[in-house]
Amino acid sequence: MIAPVTFPDWQGRALDDVILVCRELLEDDTYPTVRRWREAGGTVAGHFQVYFPEEIVHAAGMLPFKVRGGPVEPTQADSRFGSYLCSIVKTSLELVLSKRIELELFVTHPICDAARNLAAVWGRNFPYPCQILYLPQNPNSGHSATYLRGEYDRLRRTVEAVAGHAVTDDALRVSLAVFNTNRALLRELYALKRDTPWLVAADEAYALMAVGGLIPREEHNALLQTALPLLLQREVRRHDRVRVVFEGGFCEQPPLDLLRAIARSCYVVDDDLMIGLRWLLEDVPVNGDPLGNLAEAYLEGSSYSPVQHDLRKPKETMLLERIRRADAQAAIVTAAKMCEPGLEEQVTYTHALEEAGVPFFVSEFEENMSSFESLEIQLETFVENLLFD
Amino acid sequence: MAMDTADETIVGRGNADGARLFREWFAGLTAAAEAGRGSAYVFVMGSLAELLRTFDFPIVFPEINSLQTAVRRVAHEYLNEAEDHGYSPDICGYVKADVATQLRGGVLPMGRIPKPSIAVYTNACNTYIKWAEIWERMYKVPVVTLDVPGSRAAGGQTWPGDRDFENDRAYVLAQLKELIPVLERVSGVPFDIDRLREAMGHANTMNTMWKRVLELNAARPSVFNALSDGTIFLGVANGFRGAPEGAQYFTDLVEEMEYKSAHGIGTLTDERYRLLFIGVPCYPIFRRFTEMFTELGGTFVGSTYLQFASGGANLGFTYDLDRPLESLAEGLLIGVRDAMDNMFFQTDILVKMVDDLGADGLVYHPIKSCRTVSTGLADNRRALMAARDIPSLFIESDMMDRRVVSEAQLKNRIDAFFEGLASRRAQATLRDT
Repeated sequence: MIAPVTFPDWQGRALDDVILVCRELLEDDTYPTVRRWREAGGTVAGHFQVYFPEEIVHAAGMLPFKVRGGPVEPTQADSRFGSYLCSIVKTSLELVLSKRIELELFVTHPICDAARNLAAVWGRNFPYPCQILYLPQNPNSGHSATYLRGEYDRLRRTVEAVAGHAVTDDALRVSLAVFNTNRALLRELYALKRDTPWLVAADEAYALMAVGGLIPREEHNALLQTALPLLLQREVRRHDRVRVVFEGGFCEQPPLDLLRAIARSCYVVDDDLMIGLRWLLEDVPVNGDPLGNLAEAYLEGSSYSPVQHDLRKPKETMLLERIRRADAQAAIVTAAKMCEPGLEEQVTYTHALEEAGVPFFVSEFEENMSSFESLEIQLETFVENLLFD
Repeated sequence: MAMDTADETIVGRGNADGARLFREWFAGLTAAAEAGRGSAYVFVMGSLAELLRTFDFPIVFPEINSLQTAVRRVAHEYLNEAEDHGYSPDICGYVKADVATQLRGGVLPMGRIPKPSIAVYTNACNTYIKWAEIWERMYKVPVVTLDVPGSRAAGGQTWPGDRDFENDRAYVLAQLKELIPVLERVSGVPFDIDRLREAMGHANTMNTMWKRVLELNAARPSVFNALSDGTIFLGVANGFRGAPEGAQYFTDLVEEMEYKSAHGIGTLTDERYRLLFIGVPCYPIFRRFTEMFTELGGTFVGSTYLQFASGGANLGFTYDLDRPLESLAEGLLIGVRDAMDNMFFQTDILVKMVDDLGADGLVYHPIKSCRTVSTGLADNRRALMAARDIPSLFIESDMMDRRVVSEAQLKNRIDAFFEGLASRRAQATLRDT
């Protein structure tokens, strides 16, 4: 298959328009990029939040599609679940039940108790392979890298069976290079957010980053390589806004309008939104054993989130460090409604922030919420208190 | 019918002995707490009690403590206290009851539990990991995750010799080997492989007997109610795993159940409908919940709860005592995997239970507190209905939080379910005649 251009809409446009079409793509429940990929004969591997070694799927010539809910009503999915669940689990299934997205492979992870159930639920409804990738939950074991290398090899064999051809080490090395470029560009985007937050609002940076989960990574690289220099050339006045870190977007994503509401009163200088796309902090070596390198990077060179327990990375310490590195004045500590790990971590975060004397704003969100007025008023009050304190 | 002498000594022994063992266990924990001793905090799915016992740790099961607060109708006090501390109403009620217990210095209606010196837990439930993080922060004690990879897909279990199984087994074994020096350091007790063999021998007896007990409920009438009696048995299976008392208890229990089966002695229910229970019990109205079924002639002949909450002991896995550590790793992997299968990939398991136990109906009980067990139940129900022509009831409530337990609403649904069962049976009789 000759890889199609799935997202041509941004090409040749001015920066504001580039951001606009990215926003539109994120909110488009027809998923045109995935459709174009399939129309060209491509196959798709859906992987649920948070982190997935997309390189393995990419090396097979498949499109890795980040399953992270969507702007849809879970009319069919509702009957497959109980009442007390986060929205992302329901809308993710809705996307496939309603055939907005069609897949050849689905992989979920033991990030939480709801997500782990998805392999079974999906598998009862679709004939293609639906499985759990058991990323190690004891990363402190000296054996975890060896185990994970074996687990990645198991995934490679699954992908080979779906793709119908071998996934060679050389193909994996090419994919590692593509994703290394992507990670470097995302680091650049986040450095820009941190150092000159007036040049890119929270919702704009999010739109540029998050479309990466919907398009081939080569296209995302081209998009970022075009947009980043344009952002630097932007002529935007610096405002007297509070520098904040946004925490709580590691799995279910807040609506863009919520980020926009925050951006009206704050500079979001760092966040954990779609942290899976930025989970690996450095380049993964392309030489040597690619699966071993990927496993090593997951364990030794990665970010943090409430769904990974690593004794070396106490979450509250990591959050305080994120705040310090971003030179933030405050934190917005959110959790998706019904998100057990997020809600549990919120308690720890707020206690740690209180102890450290870092002002914080606590909130819950849902991906399909549509009213932000009350939250915005509360946030403005919080910000005013900080500014006039 | 008058009971003969054997009836008087055997029938009901399991429940009485279970209650006694529980009291003794809690008295021991209270004494340990009063003496200022530390303990090992563990969970029911993969407790590793057979290993921890060899280091002389008092063993605390916070899940069991939490559910006891609900059974004793004080859970709301604990939940409120944890929510005041910042915990959301939407998270696991067991966690919140335990947080409040810790804030109260370990005080529970049944006694007092010692503080943890260490927590050892598997990933069978993700909340275990988040829960242990709370103790880690509260007490600065070692918390050790024993990562046990589960089935990757329905029907996708691998077995010894398969390279994926061997990858998992090597990982679990390595973690066990890493755990032992930590246990030695925390307890001050050197590792003794012969003590481990002995404890594993007791666990072998318990596993074999537990499997047999579950099988014996195929008898008509059923010999125990999987929801009420079964929960007592389950408590002993967890609290006394690897102990001689546990092995003896289950040996006696098999004797009791075989006796009842041979003599046609059932539960107190006039058994008209044989039901399977899927989920976690409704502890805030535990007794009443069961009565709503037994009053109408329904008895629970099996449940996924007795399988996943025993950590897979239902498989009857027998450790090879000639290679204890390797076999412990294998048993842990296979047992915990089965526990997870009973929660995530339970369709085939339930189909087999329906056939083996001759079930007339299924009762799904998803709960607010537990996404592990509840997330996929509605979808599983659809799959099971497609696989077997059997009526089912789907009722939501909670295992801890009485705010989401509506007894009247439950009763209405249960009554309607039984009307359906009766009508179905009447139609079948008509068809047959």
